Amino acid sequence: MGKIYSKIESIAGNVIRVRAEGVKYGDLASVSSAHGISLAEVIRLSEDMVSLQVFNGGRGVSTGDEVRFLGHPMQVSFSDALQGRIFTGSGKPRDNGPELTENMVEIGGPSVNPAKRIIPRNMIRTGIPMIDVFNSLVESQKLPIFSVSGEPYNELLARIAMQAEVDLIILGGIGLKYDDYLFFKETLEEGGALSRAIMFVHTASDPIVEALLVPDISLAVAEGFALQGKKVLVLLTDMTNFADAMKEIAITMEQVPSNRGYPGDLYSQLASRYEKAVDFEGAGSITILGVTTMPGDDVTHPVPDNTGYITEGQYYLRNGRIEPFGSLSRLKQMVNGDTRSDHRALMDGMIKLYAAYKESMEKKSMGFMMSDWDEKLLKYGDIFEREMMDLSVNYSLEDALNKGWQILAECFTPQETGLRSSLLKEFWPVKEAVVE
Amino acid sequence: MTSGKVIGVNGNLVTVSVNDTVSLNEVGYILVNDKRLKSEVIRISGSSVEMQVFEMTKGIGIGDDVEFTDELLAVELGPGLLAQVYDGLQNPLPQLAEKCGFFLERGVYLGALNQEKKWEFTPSVREGDTVRAGDPIGSVPEGIFEHKIMVPFSFSGTYTVQRIAGKGAYTIKDKVAEVVDEQGTAAELGLSFEWPVKRAVSCYEERLKPVNPMVTKVRIIDTFLPVARGGTYCIPGPFGAGKTVLQQVTSRNAEVDIVIIAACGERAGEVVETLKEFPELLDPKTGKTLMERTIIICNTSSMPVAAREASVYTAVTLAEYYRQMGLHVLLLADSTSRWAQAMREMSGRLEEIPGEEAFPAYLESVIAGFYERAGLVRLRDGSTGSVTIGGTVSPAGGNFEEPVTQATLKVVGAFHGLSRERSDARKYPAIHPLESWSKYSGSVDFPRTEYARELLFSGNEIGQMMKVVGEEGTSTDDYIQFLKSEFLDDVYLQQNSFDPVDSSVSVERQRHIFDILFDVIGGTFNFSTKDEARSYFNDLRQLFLDYNGCEWKSSEFSRLEEELKGKIKAKRTGTEPRAARVLGNLS
Repeated sequence: MGKIYSKIESIAGNVIRVRAEGVKYGDLASVSSAHGISLAEVIRLSEDMVSLQVFNGGRGVSTGDEVRFLGHPMQVSFSDALQGRIFTGSGKPRDNGPELTENMVEIGGPSVNPAKRIIPRNMIRTGIPMIDVFNSLVESQKLPIFSVSGEPYNELLARIAMQAEVDLIILGGIGLKYDDYLFFKETLEEGGALSRAIMFVHTASDPIVEALLVPDISLAVAEGFALQGKKVLVLLTDMTNFADAMKEIAITMEQVPSNRGYPGDLYSQLASRYEKAVDFEGAGSITILGVTTMPGDDVTHPVPDNTGYITEGQYYLRNGRIEPFGSLSRLKQMVNGDTRSDHRALMDGMIKLYAAYKESMEKKSMGFMMSDWDEKLLKYGDIFEREMMDLSVNYSLEDALNKGWQILAECFTPQETGLRSSLLKEFWPVKEAVVE
Repeated sequence: MTSGKVIGVNGNLVTVSVNDTVSLNEVGYILVNDKRLKSEVIRISGSSVEMQVFEMTKGIGIGDDVEFTDELLAVELGPGLLAQVYDGLQNPLPQLAEKCGFFLERGVYLGALNQEKKWEFTPSVREGDTVRAGDPIGSVPEGIFEHKIMVPFSFSGTYTVQRIAGKGAYTIKDKVAEVVDEQGTAAELGLSFEWPVKRAVSCYEERLKPVNPMVTKVRIIDTFLPVARGGTYCIPGPFGAGKTVLQQVTSRNAEVDIVIIAACGERAGEVVETLKEFPELLDPKTGKTLMERTIIICNTSSMPVAAREASVYTAVTLAEYYRQMGLHVLLLADSTSRWAQAMREMSGRLEEIPGEEAFPAYLESVIAGFYERAGLVRLRDGSTGSVTIGGTVSPAGGNFEEPVTQATLKVVGAFHGLSRERSDARKYPAIHPLESWSKYSGSVDFPRTEYARELLFSGNEIGQMMKVVGEEGTSTDDYIQFLKSEFLDDVYLQQNSFDPVDSSVSVERQRHIFDILFDVIGGTFNFSTKDEARSYFNDLRQLFLDYNGCEWKSSEFSRLEEELKGKIKAKRTGTEPRAARVLGNLS
């Protein structure tokens, strides 16, 4: 290998074509142009015509530029030296640290044998009551945060990164605003969490092709650490940008679009990333939390729609809070039975009362009379939103459950909560109020 | 053998130039480094053929060798299929895990059937007998079934048995019979043979009209939207509406001999639940674990897309094979949309002219062809066997107007549409009782279920109206009608799939409680106020739900039944004229 080709036949968008021999599908090449050296990946072979996708984009590439095939597919260095470092989508350092070249591993590897998976059983605590109490995050789960642009989803992710009880955080930023990148970096540095984090960041101004690499590279590294026995949490923001990058490239490649311009394999492409979430028997695990912004708050848009079919539930972020109704963690039943005896009942009870509060709010806005019960609900809803739903509150699961009982006691008599009397006897804060 | 060289690679589509004849759907292997990647010919033009590769195509280069096998994509049929977990190409996944560890390495193919295991063979033909394709020559016990060893389906014409092995233990590698055709050509038969997945098996006497219900023990299905043995049904629904839970419940409780689960392009986690739980769960009918009557074909969303397309065919071929033994087989495919998407991906790579939403123009005929492989058949020995197909559909955005749902609705016999509205309200199973339909006859007589359905319609209308005019503006009669329809929904249509008793309700019990239910919905009641009516129906509902949760024919069951009947009697003043007509016609 190492033969240099210096005649580029065509350049269209990010795709260049070269006549070359002995090239393998998926291999990398380096393209040296006046603007520097860029990596490129083989995306099509037809006789001796090789189509390459240039990571830095086709802009400025000249037909006389040099293309050198590297003879291997996209790889990333995998070692403990990655921890605390920040890289670009193609694995180049973004901080001032050295470039890592040892122990290169391939990205986008094969999928896990379903027979080797195990039923998830461990909860990941985050210190956020709306997650821990109401929709617990489970090890090996894949969950998106459905959100409208403008919602504080990156703040939420940063908090989860700081607080989640895992061994390693991998943050994959796709099309991140530069400010948001700096926000993540500073938050993690200040909180002292950077040392247990690895960041792969593609910012909005970086070449679009690199956006496609971020999930694969993040997950390949995560897989490596998980196999070593680490509990890894992968945070991806924002997967809609990833899908849009795929759309952009598919259309440049003249692929037939299927739905609103997205390529027909959108589902498979998203699934092959999300399905990397796994709990290895006898080793570590990968849990994926991704952000999916919904254009126009439309959950039927192809990206959130396909994501919903792949993931195990979703968190809805609306008005700065995790909405309790649309949000669902499909795996929570597997863990919230063993936390504390009141967990499930309190979770259901509080949500039912909150739903009743919403109804009362509706009645109120329509000008109906408010009964005593309505007034109680209104008081409850107000406290619940302030002290539980607000994203700034921070309690351990046990404290959050205790807080829940306090809120109930502040607003209702024990009988009004509809909770089982055995639980009321054990947990109601004012014991005298509980009558047999 | 024909061989060839790779001349182009585009995703999982590889173009190969060949030196001899090839046939459509023939299997070939691309040799990459030391791996052999299984592929299928999907288009031929001159000496260049296009092949879809069932594996990741990274690393394939121009000039790589390709070997053709002269055989179509086929599955191995023989004893030992039950309780297996296969991928879309019939690779046993647990054995693959033993060999390769956590990951699915490409290019590793294992035999579908255990080569070493000995089977107790009992012959059923004698030397000199004539046999045809699909006729049994003997049998081996496989779990609780008598697994018939048959003349391979690909044999045409009649054959004379020249030699047949005696009773004894044989492996699938052993030959147990020798037959000669009319021209005198001899062939040896073993316990297993191959059959191409994309061809329907037709070694039966005739196809019959499906009439007997396939009991799922889900009330709304068995009573209102029944599925017949040998019939087809589809379950479209948006994500989170409970398609997979409904399929899982059906796979546990359905009254059939064998269940084949094709997890096609869905979450791996869900298959794992089945995989880990079925070997633990007992089938009340046989006392054996559920796994012993189950085959799982598992090609989850992150596994190669071309194998996903093959997986539904693999599943249906296995189903047809067991049908040929006079067994009733249920095939559950989750989800057919992912299968259709796999076709769309291939069609896109082939640069075919796209149809609606870029699905290929032949989508409808392919879907129809798949569902048509279901059916109730009479075999040559007079016994009957059936394949019932139930497919979920995952329509984009939950909108049933999309091509896959529409193409499916054209060919199925029952439609169980799941609604987001009902699942959001936690009304499970979220099958929409008004929009769904079935062309089969169920376990409760039609006139009474029709009466109940009409009640749901009118109750729904009244409910809509009440949203505008309020309770005050609704007449008491209408209000009672509304309460009745809510009652029917709450106590009969909804069912708790996590409750040990309520999750599976036998037909006998369905008929029994429907009688009581009909007393309520077909009765006239006298209430002075709406509040009185509401609280009466609330009490009645609570009682009925407790009753639903009691073990069939237990003392608690009888006690609650008496209480329930007493409560109905206390307020019921007579029978509605229409209900009386329905009952009159029946008797």
